[in-house]
Amino acid sequence: MSRSRPYIRPVETLWWARSPYLAYTLREATGVAVLGYALVLLAGVVCLATGERAYDVWLDFLKSPWSLSLHVLFLIGMIAHTWTWFRILPKTMPRLVIGGRILPQIRITAGGVAVAAASFIFIVFVAVWTQP
Amino acid sequence: MLAALIGPALVLLTGLAAPTGIGLTNNFMSFARAMAFAQHPLGKLILFIVIVLFIWHGAERIYLTLRDMHAGAKFSLMWICYMTAGVLTLITIGALATIGS
Repeated sequence: MSRSRPYIRPVETLWWARSPYLAYTLREATGVAVLGYALVLLAGVVCLATGERAYDVWLDFLKSPWSLSLHVLFLIGMIAHTWTWFRILPKTMPRLVIGGRILPQIRITAGGVAVAAASFIFIVFVAVWTQP
Repeated sequence: MLAALIGPALVLLTGLAAPTGIGLTNNFMSFARAMAFAQHPLGKLILFIVIVLFIWHGAERIYLTLRDMHAGAKFSLMWICYMTAGVLTLITIGALATIGS
């Protein structure tokens, strides 16, 4: 008996760096920003648990140009993540039928972005409202 | 989902506005305020959910992308990504427990 030898189509090593796959790679790369921001917060919580001096070191790090540039990148990544997330959402959920008509995907994306914008305004408002 | 909804606002507040003092007072994240927040059960829960879910979100996406890139054996990539996320989760629990109430 001969063993089955299925044809495996060769895949370019750097396929992910080329259009149209680059859009996918960049979208998934926003996960690095989400993880990076979580690590900054985790460092803050660990410093907080260690004591006031350690926490002040963390606060000083946040004021450094390194940290500020990093957070600008995080912010760009987070906004890209919000946008791409709600672009994908209608493609991954069952079709919404309202009044016998399929709700267009762009309307679902717009709804999601609107909720995200409301959430953004709410959080900033709470932060400004509750500050000493 | 959570990162998409609250991520941009959190980065702007804790990473840019608070350190530079633009729009927020300088002691927005002072030791006393941060401690009071982290000691409150609700604050502790918020910190835990945000940090841990963001970590797993990032780990999952990085794992899937590296797998699609054929950057290594599937199981070693999975092991590295999920183990790192698991260890960071334990560190988060440990730090929040140390802060106490």
